[in-house]
Amino acid sequence: MASGPREKFDNPVVEWIDSRLPVFTLMNKEYGVFPTPKNFNYFWNFGAIAMFMLVTMIVSGIVLAMHYTANVGMAFDSVERIMRDVNGGWLIRYIHMNGASFFFIAVFIHMFRGMYYGSYKQPRELLWILGVVIFLLMMATAFMGYVLPWGQMSYWGATVITNLFSAIPLVGEKIVTLLWGGFSVDNPTLNRFFALHYLMPFVIFAVVFLHVWALHVTGSNNPAGIEPKTKKDTLPFHPYYTMKDTFGLLVFIIVYALFVFYAPDYLGHPDNYTPANPLVTPAHIVPEWYFLPFYAMLRAITFDIGIPFTDITIISAKLGGVLTMFGSIALLILLPWLDTHPIRSARYRPLFRTFLLLFVVVFVFLGYVGSQPADATLGPLPLSVFGLLGTAYYYGFFLVILPWLSKNEKGRDLPASIHESVLG
Amino acid sequence: MAAKTKNNQDGETRRDFLQLTAGAFGAVGAGAVAWPFINSLNPAKDTLALSTTEVDLTPVEIGQSITVMWRGKPVFIRHRTQEEIEEAREVDTADLRDKQTDEDRVEKPEWLVLVGICTHLGCVPVGQKNTEPRGDFGGWFCPCHGSHYDTSGRIRKGPAPKNLAVPPYEFTSDTSIKIG
Repeated sequence: MASGPREKFDNPVVEWIDSRLPVFTLMNKEYGVFPTPKNFNYFWNFGAIAMFMLVTMIVSGIVLAMHYTANVGMAFDSVERIMRDVNGGWLIRYIHMNGASFFFIAVFIHMFRGMYYGSYKQPRELLWILGVVIFLLMMATAFMGYVLPWGQMSYWGATVITNLFSAIPLVGEKIVTLLWGGFSVDNPTLNRFFALHYLMPFVIFAVVFLHVWALHVTGSNNPAGIEPKTKKDTLPFHPYYTMKDTFGLLVFIIVYALFVFYAPDYLGHPDNYTPANPLVTPAHIVPEWYFLPFYAMLRAITFDIGIPFTDITIISAKLGGVLTMFGSIALLILLPWLDTHPIRSARYRPLFRTFLLLFVVVFVFLGYVGSQPADATLGPLPLSVFGLLGTAYYYGFFLVILPWLSKNEKGRDLPASIHESVLG
Repeated sequence: MAAKTKNNQDGETRRDFLQLTAGAFGAVGAGAVAWPFINSLNPAKDTLALSTTEVDLTPVEIGQSITVMWRGKPVFIRHRTQEEIEEAREVDTADLRDKQTDEDRVEKPEWLVLVGICTHLGCVPVGQKNTEPRGDFGGWFCPCHGSHYDTSGRIRKGPAPKNLAVPPYEFTSDTSIKIG
């Protein structure tokens, strides 16, 4: 990686290593003197925070795996044993359980930051796509992790989500049997989910490495959304942003710790403290909070799509829901080509800013819709109507509003440089 | 000169051909190696061995229902009363969402055998006990999203798209069946 002229280090041991394998030169180049836009706000903390959460999840997860038993007869009890008998087991499990939620909080904010300041635009498209890939891997990992305690929500969540694949025409049922390793969610399913849940964080780690690599090729975007031009526009990463990241991280950890110590089960479901029972379904199956908006989109399609006035169905309600849900993530991948407006930052695009903030409101509202029973109502109307409206806005934002704005939004005048934007 | 050019062209086509065939063989080989790994995730022999369940029906009185496990799923067996059978047979199939006659769904009219999994999102409907709610049509009721099934296990009201599935089964004697 690091080739070309290398500066000598004073410490002879460091110099001995660095002249053979220039890791110190690399670290200094990428994290020491790395020129970073000087106008970052606190939104730029969340990449580092997400990285911290990934490491926290891996460390706590490895320790938990040493006490956990992936067998339907023993899984639930082994988790209870971790909670009651293993030294500090309750703490490690609560760190891991709430860590998943806080990892998602960090990543959602990180993604919002990217959308608001146009960080996905040329030349950072691939950087953005790698981020979406990480998000997908995180969702798969979190889903499989939630199955492991083998409580009622674990079991029925796994049943509902794996059944989604049965919506695939022709081969759907075969795929579901392959996923289960049997004819229902059972021991083979639990066993393989555990193996994959252990593997996938390391895959995520590898993609994060590519994500950071791509970041260091293009350099960071910034709140003004314009590229640094002179030395006046940047600061060395250390100590300026190592300090700012550390400060933000500590504030984040305080909130995280409040949940771990004072409300460890607030974000979970009491039903998951009942052992899995294939014969009894909980009255109200809901996924974890970070899946709720997507779950709402899954349930928004309650009608078959077919040829009018005939009985012929082209897309059943079930398949329609599945396509809508996965499509909502596919749109994120396409984002750099749906929004082609030359201005990056929403600061200088008032219309885009309004529609994007409305998008956030709708996304949170979809989360609420997803958390309610399917037959719930809001005022006189069934809630599913609002789910459908929210889904329509989600799709409309990407497929209609963004392309339209790209052509028609005038935008404000950009500052001449980052330095100038900071000085006002 | 001309001969040499021709040779060169021959050499290139031959190289293309070798490259293509080598690539194709490599791809087939990779697939052949991948298949056992993927197939190992399919149901194992012991799982398949459990795929039939035999049930003795003697203790089930008229009007009673029992739940047995088959392939990890609940199977509902109801010893139907004469009224329940008549109710199921009087329905005009044209009015049904999933059009099936009761005759198509049973081997013997008094014994109704169903996979007890709602065809909507996979919940287990209630109604196996006389004390449980059985919905508007006297069969089963799914509390998750409110699907009503009739005394033949057919969907009559609510979001489920299909009737409760009938598993493959046969009567091994007058009073026992083998499911699967």
